[in-house]
Amino acid sequence: MSARLDGNAVAGLLGELVGRELTLATGVCGSCGASAFVAELHVYLRAPGTVVRCPACEAVLSRIVEGRGRVWLDLSGLATLELTL
Amino acid sequence: MRTLRLDVPDWTGHRAGQHLDVRLTAEDGYQASRSYSIASAPGEPPAITVERLDDGEVSPYLVDEVIVGDRFELRGPVGGYFVWEAVSGGPLLLVAGGSGIVPLMSMIRHRAAEGSTAPVRLLYSSRTVADVVYREELERRAAEEDGLEVFQTLTRERPDGWRGFARRVDDELLAEVAWPPTDAARVFVCGPTGFVESVSGGLVRLGHRPELVRTERFGATG
Repeated sequence: MSARLDGNAVAGLLGELVGRELTLATGVCGSCGASAFVAELHVYLRAPGTVVRCPACEAVLSRIVEGRGRVWLDLSGLATLELTL
Repeated sequence: MRTLRLDVPDWTGHRAGQHLDVRLTAEDGYQASRSYSIASAPGEPPAITVERLDDGEVSPYLVDEVIVGDRFELRGPVGGYFVWEAVSGGPLLLVAGGSGIVPLMSMIRHRAAEGSTAPVRLLYSSRTVADVVYREELERRAAEEDGLEVFQTLTRERPDGWRGFARRVDDELLAEVAWPPTDAARVFVCGPTGFVESVSGGLVRLGHRPELVRTERFGATG
């Protein structure tokens, strides 16, 4: 648990993948329905890959694995991700 | 700790509180990437202040080995949540644990560069006086700049004649230093995870609105 950070720690990678700043996007948890800014999500960098969890219920929202010049982005735990246009 | 001033071609400029990612690639292709907060004011070249972590993969290189003229890969500027702009005014409460001071220093420098009169209080917790980053600059700014108040606490060891606080940042200390919740100050808290969670929890217990408290956690991934 000591390795827990927050969504600011994955802002650079997500920004590069999506092409825009995401820390102020709002994520809604697919398990409990809580919403939070991406910056406020719980992030574990020392898991195999990066794991993003809901700050309210700790459900896995996203997993990110980088390697061999590729990135795998699993967003299956997120109900929605809301961005300002 | 070491501060590196970076000469970045086509740097788009940064906002106070943002960070950048440094990526190093070894000869065998192994890559390691770490995030570092930007210490300089917007409008200046980006500077990062790096704390050396003995078992780190990136910080020992940046602190001990990099020399003027070396090149490495950057990504950034990054972030939009943990950002303050002088035009958005104050009052502002900045709470730093250890090297969490770095992005808050960018805000303090930005305030001065813009001639902002926003009232700012900084509460900065370090272990010992030797761990205080930007010590002289903070003392000078607190003496010279109207509306900037700097409160320091040393949690482990105090020099003789220390006039700051001498304990961990708890709810009582926060109540003493923070603006009253009715002032609706914007709050930025940066430091290790445990510090950030205890401070942000304390501020909310004291009546500060959670949506005004912005946090950034850093870890010893070095």
